[in-house]
Amino acid sequence: MNFQAIAAIYTFEMARFFRTLKQSFISPVLSTSLYFVVFGTAIGSRMEAVDGVDYGAFIVPGLIMLSVMTQSISNASFGIYFPKFIGTIYELLSAPVNFLEIVIGYVGAAATKSLFIGLVILGTAYLFVDLDIQHPIAMMSFLLLTCLSFSLLGFIIGIWAGNFEQLNLVPMLVVTPLVFLGGSFYSISMLPEFWQTVTLFNPVVYLISGFRWAFFGTADVAIGISLGAIGLFTLACMGFIWWIFKTGWRIRS
Amino acid sequence: MSVIVSVQNVRKTYDGGFEALTGASLDIQEGEIIALLGPNGAGKTTLISTICGISSLTSGNITVAGMDIARDYRKVRAMIGLVPQEIALEPFETVINSVRFSRGLFGRAKNEAYLDEILKTLSLFDKKEAKVMALSGGMKRRVLIAKALAHEPKVLFLDEPTAGVDVELRKDMWNTVAKLKGQGVTIILTTHYIEEAEAIADRIAVINGGEILLVEDKAALMARMGKKQIRIELLEPVQEIPAKLAPYGLELAPDGAGLTYAYDINAERTGITGLLNDLQAAGLQMRDVQTQQSSLEDIFVDLVQEDGA
Repeated sequence: MNFQAIAAIYTFEMARFFRTLKQSFISPVLSTSLYFVVFGTAIGSRMEAVDGVDYGAFIVPGLIMLSVMTQSISNASFGIYFPKFIGTIYELLSAPVNFLEIVIGYVGAAATKSLFIGLVILGTAYLFVDLDIQHPIAMMSFLLLTCLSFSLLGFIIGIWAGNFEQLNLVPMLVVTPLVFLGGSFYSISMLPEFWQTVTLFNPVVYLISGFRWAFFGTADVAIGISLGAIGLFTLACMGFIWWIFKTGWRIRS
Repeated sequence: MSVIVSVQNVRKTYDGGFEALTGASLDIQEGEIIALLGPNGAGKTTLISTICGISSLTSGNITVAGMDIARDYRKVRAMIGLVPQEIALEPFETVINSVRFSRGLFGRAKNEAYLDEILKTLSLFDKKEAKVMALSGGMKRRVLIAKALAHEPKVLFLDEPTAGVDVELRKDMWNTVAKLKGQGVTIILTTHYIEEAEAIADRIAVINGGEILLVEDKAALMARMGKKQIRIELLEPVQEIPAKLAPYGLELAPDGAGLTYAYDINAERTGITGLLNDLQAAGLQMRDVQTQQSSLEDIFVDLVQEDGA
């Protein structure tokens, strides 16, 4: 294992994050505050509690997930797309590193960034609502796993993308709808029965449900199924990345 | 000297079907500077890319220090440094961080003193903390070299290192290359500037159409292929070459005021003394005498044209 290489990639990628620390910090705080003002206070005050949880608090896990997923994808996809775009990928391809080391370096850095943003949002949430996290360890584990698995997905998108438009295509067209329809702002039991069934095909439902369980002890689907789903998703991403480096798809001519 | 890089019958066909290498073979000796000369699209960059692991090879064998480049990729790649043709650098990062990244990526532990030394050698030390985007083109190119040297490679590939670099800097670069050779680094460079190969290479490999046409010691190549000429300007033009001078195979200039004599500089007798004596005997008076030696450029053009014919 080339640990020096992992450390080098990780440090270099984190440096990119620290260069733009202010933006990285301000934008999630601002957008979360807006969500709380609009959904939590303005609309939420007219809504009844969901599963015995105050609506303002109910949306906290969904909000964190929404940001963490989109941030993971955009950080990780940009992290690997940018070297491809400016040509510095040559160095990575000629270095004595294997795919696992490259992935740990890039995905690890991207996941660290989105974890930071997730925690910032959680901190901001405390300013607006009373939160009592019932399973803090499970909450952190879910958060970490989500950062990791969506950063892996982002890494794949970054390798696949041939231009900046494609880089934004998947997050815009696929991920944002899935997250919005995945129960970020509602419990899926609020939906008509038909749509409840449809929703079960949305992988994000399992993540948000599991994450919400860690906060409030109530969930749409069983916690074991949530964990299994996210584990499976992570493995699928890893498998695909292994294949990418084995065949050189879109990276090695 | 032993062979450090061995390329055997390497073929490379790109996905589009273009055959960039059509069976290239080349042995590179440890510690030498070898120049890879060839016209655009000859396969120079592809050859380097396959050795460095950026392109996969379609068939053939490449070993570095006796190790297969695919099977022992970790050991092989740790020995190799690559300076690409295009300037590719992270614009927002500082010079020193870019170089540190390269050292780490190639598995080397931190060594700030060594990196400072490289930056000094390449006259980049005062730009250590500057952002890459603020540097001039020549400086960026030197940052690429610094990055390639950061992990103390044994073999260094320079793909057109002086393209777009001014004359002064080019000479500096040549000095740097000579210094590296002094430290035992084997250097493979591709270049369009034949004077560059002439100035610094020990051996010349000519590549065209995806294969190596010739590999030869620079001095031997120039001696073998090099022709020398004497051009004699006459005080008064002549209509034709006097019969007495026929054995020399002289060439008469169209205006009749110049004679050209070609000879082999390696021959025991060049015939110069005889020619000058006979010219005098024939009553021709000389205004000027010049000698000319063919450059590597002429040799190269001849070789590639022959290949194309």
